[in-house]
Amino acid sequence: MALQPLHEIHTRRFGRNLGVALTLGFFILIVFALTVVKVTQGDPMQAFDHSVRIEMTAPAAGADQ
Amino acid sequence: MTEIHAFEQPKEAGFGDYVQLLKPRVMSLVVFTALVGLLVAPVSVHPVVAFSAILFIALGAGASGALNMWWDADIDAVMRRTKGRPVPAGKVQPGEALGLGMALSGIAVVMLGLASNLLAAGLLAFTIFFYAVVYSMWLKRLTPQNIVIGGAAGAFPPMIGWAVATGSVSIESVLMFALIFMWTPPHFWALALFMKDDYSNAGVPMLTVTHGRKSTRAHVLVYTILLAPVAIGAAFTSIGGPIYLTAAVLLNAWFLIGAWRIWRRDEVMAEADKYAVEKAVFRFSLYYLFLHFGAFLAEAALRPYGYGGW
Repeated sequence: MALQPLHEIHTRRFGRNLGVALTLGFFILIVFALTVVKVTQGDPMQAFDHSVRIEMTAPAAGADQ
Repeated sequence: MTEIHAFEQPKEAGFGDYVQLLKPRVMSLVVFTALVGLLVAPVSVHPVVAFSAILFIALGAGASGALNMWWDADIDAVMRRTKGRPVPAGKVQPGEALGLGMALSGIAVVMLGLASNLLAAGLLAFTIFFYAVVYSMWLKRLTPQNIVIGGAAGAFPPMIGWAVATGSVSIESVLMFALIFMWTPPHFWALALFMKDDYSNAGVPMLTVTHGRKSTRAHVLVYTILLAPVAIGAAFTSIGGPIYLTAAVLLNAWFLIGAWRIWRRDEVMAEADKYAVEKAVFRFSLYYLFLHFGAFLAEAALRPYGYGGW
């Protein structure tokens, strides 16, 4: 019996698979767009990584900003 | 002799059936009110952030809809209006609805938190919990006041939209919440008076069945009276203005007259004109909410030109 590359279930579920693919593609676009906006707006992007970062520490009372 | 057994194949679910689990019609109201909450806030939000936030609020609302359909599949199968839903129709397995609801809840809350702030994400998580657990699982089958409590879940979206922009809760967002919260009971009970649905067969206590139709008519009037000061009061906050005040006074006067007419009637009169007044008040109540939020939006849109607000 010849190998059938396109199983019947592929044609039957084409609409469903296409829907999932488009949804996931759209989700990737949203995350990418959000990332671009967050980075370009200058939101704080650094987090604690086990070493002291002077720019992340709160300024001392009375110190000039 | 060969025996042939015919098994009934489960009906194959299409992509649209999974979309139906998210209750797209309810979602449209969520999108509109959350968008208004976000746009009338005094802080501007980047369009991409605003779009993503509204999308994830809608997704969270959809997720709670899927959880509701999973839990209420037994009720939905009995009632005429809901027996075509994907789970009772046999297209989607109950476990799939549960899985989709849980997964989308997590995605929506985490993504809203990343896109905006933790308060907005927390409010969305609470809304999903409130609708799926407090309303669907606990109170819906326990008390005829279920509509009042369930209304709270539908009232959160503008508050979440406001929190996306400002990162806080304020009198304005509480009043937008209260407007939807107080509007839900008279809106739904007006429907319950003429949609003689089979809630009693499904074991869901509805006010029309437990307390009678006369009492339901009185409830519609009382809640409409309580709704009016909330709706008009919002005019005197930072999101109100002359346009909103005019709209609110006219719409509430109209709604009160409608509720009064419902209260004055009995079943004989209602049967005689095929529930014309109840149907008219129900239809009007949809415009009522849409126009209130539209007026908020108009005030915010005109503010840059020196017209909106006080």
